Amino acid sequence: MTIKLGTREVYGNILAELGEENKDIIVLDADLSGSTRTSEFARKFPDRFFNMGVAEQDMMGTAAGLAIGDKIPFASTFAIFATGRAWEQIRQSICLPNLNVKIVASHGGITVGEDGGSHHCIEDIALMRVLPNMTVIVPGDGYETEAVVRTVTDYKGPVYIRTSREKFPVIYSGDCGFEIGKAKIHHIGKDVTIIAYGLMLHKALDAAKNLRKEGIDAGVINSSTIKPLDKETILEAARVSGALVTAEEHSIINGLGSAVAEILAENNPIPMKRVGIRDRFGMSGKSKELLEHYGLTERDIIKAVRDVMSMKKGSCQSRITPITNQKLSIKGRKLQDSSRFTAEIAEKIQK
Amino acid sequence: MSKSIKELERIAVQIRIDILKMLSEADSGHTGGSLSAADILTALYFSKMRHDPNNPNWNERDIFVLSKGHAAPALYAVLGKSGYFSTDNFSRLRKLGSILRGHPVRGITPGVDVSTGSLGQGLSQANGIALASKIDNKKKRIYVMLGDGEVQEGQVWEAAMTAAHYKIDNLCAILDNNGLQIDGHVNDVMSVDPLPEKWKAFGWNVIEIDGHKFEEILSSLDKAEEITGKPTMIIAHTIKGKGVSFMEGKVKYHGVAPTQDELEKALKELR
Ligand SMILES: Cc1ncc(C[n+]2csc(CCOP(=O)(O)OP(=O)(O)O)c2C)c(N)n1
Ligand SMILES: [Mg+2]
Repeated sequence: MTIKLGTREVYGNILAELGEENKDIIVLDADLSGSTRTSEFARKFPDRFFNMGVAEQDMMGTAAGLAIGDKIPFASTFAIFATGRAWEQIRQSICLPNLNVKIVASHGGITVGEDGGSHHCIEDIALMRVLPNMTVIVPGDGYETEAVVRTVTDYKGPVYIRTSREKFPVIYSGDCGFEIGKAKIHHIGKDVTIIAYGLMLHKALDAAKNLRKEGIDAGVINSSTIKPLDKETILEAARVSGALVTAEEHSIINGLGSAVAEILAENNPIPMKRVGIRDRFGMSGKSKELLEHYGLTERDIIKAVRDVMSMKKGSCQSRITPITNQKLSIKGRKLQDSSRFTAEIAEKIQK
Repeated sequence: MSKSIKELERIAVQIRIDILKMLSEADSGHTGGSLSAADILTALYFSKMRHDPNNPNWNERDIFVLSKGHAAPALYAVLGKSGYFSTDNFSRLRKLGSILRGHPVRGITPGVDVSTGSLGQGLSQANGIALASKIDNKKKRIYVMLGDGEVQEGQVWEAAMTAAHYKIDNLCAILDNNGLQIDGHVNDVMSVDPLPEKWKAFGWNVIEIDGHKFEEILSSLDKAEEITGKPTMIIAHTIKGKGVSFMEGKVKYHGVAPTQDELEKALKELR
């Protein structure tokens, strides 16, 4: 049985746990604490939780002030209201002075579903990626979420983390680790490598498995940090595979696909294809239907792989051995300690 | 146009039934805030507003902006019943390809003039529509409904200044003052009190009413029309979930649709 865990659930629980050891953690929400899961922290530490009401811009400014006062503020709401409504506050009050504010926004992407276009967020990566000093992360499963939240708590500087309404299958284990700016290499393919994050990472893994059955060696890289992008790993994949596909639950404009294209164009312009939402707003529907409608399925990735492979001129020989079994670390922590919650939940669900 | 209070009350019951049925069918959506707004929307669409469902783009029509866009089911119920589109669409709420989106979208649903769903943006747009109408010397009245949680958004107060500064007296705002938002009571989450004093201080004509009494709704809308030189804010005291006993005043029913069981119980109460 595949275990599924919500990245927002893990965030809420870890935050509540971290709050015990780290009294500097302050949490803010904008009338969505049940959905973002900051409600758990609010229940445990009412004195360090501030509900700002439906006022995202004020929330970002207040978070900036808390950071100036040496606190570690975590500000949460839906992704579109965090990054869209309060963008200029994030730019001016948080990123320009390079303040230690963590923005953890739930309901990223189109799998917000029935609420429709006003609530989908397919622009957040673009909006956050363009800001100097900002780090942009989308964890790929529960374990990685736990590692991410622990890591960014110790890191000083603005961070944007997208969590999802949809639950993701658990693909890592307790020692998956996380380092800002370091991609997780599942495999570098001789024929093609798919770079993805979040929900689409799972579709990419499925696509690669099925492509392998046809004899196509498709690799997968989890680029959970979209900024700073792991340039070294991407160029290595480009060199070995000779063709790349990016896949993301985001607009094809200015997301991971654009970031990878920028690196390729300047260093090694090989064929690439982007899977993403093609410059359209979303509409209401069930998440699964929307993913199909907007071209975000395993099938769409496979099609992109075929297209990009036909663009490849001649064959490409592997010059280096693909990296396997990468072990990343969380600074200054024993890895077993860093995944306690996720392991517990995973065990509970399995029973 | 001039329907009796009794008739309006009867229509409002049907509107509530339609809201609950479409939400239950959709299996998601915002119940509480749709029910608290139902009587005001009924009064506007079936008595007060000059509009023509057969001619949704009629130049002289009055305009309604649902700034608290999550109450879309209430808006769709009155638009459908008025005849802007077939009520068959009700069962397609929130479904893929439907004209009834989770939140209102201009150009998708006949009768919807303004796209909302992100709170706090409706009043500014209503101001713009009202200004355009004034520039063209039209007799249009512009109505806009806000939530009491929604007015926590700073943009609402920027728009409040604009409406007073430019003496936008063809505009009438209605505040669905049901006392609740998502995370709890408005007073606990982020107090907006004292509302009448705030709007008065911002230069508005303020009227307070019971938002479930048609006499009061209609007379306040009439009074607003007589005021010149300033915009009017009708603070409507309402009950979230109004009409269904087990939903009334319950935070829980903000963003969940009734289950089949709840729907049957609710329909029994309403019929
Ligand atoms: C900008 C923005 N932030 C957050 C939300 C999520 N949201 C939807 S409804 C709601 C609460 C609104 O409360 P209120 O205005 O009182 O509505 P009502 O009680 O009438 O349903 C929130 C926070 C949103 N739609 N838009
Ligand atoms: Mg309310």
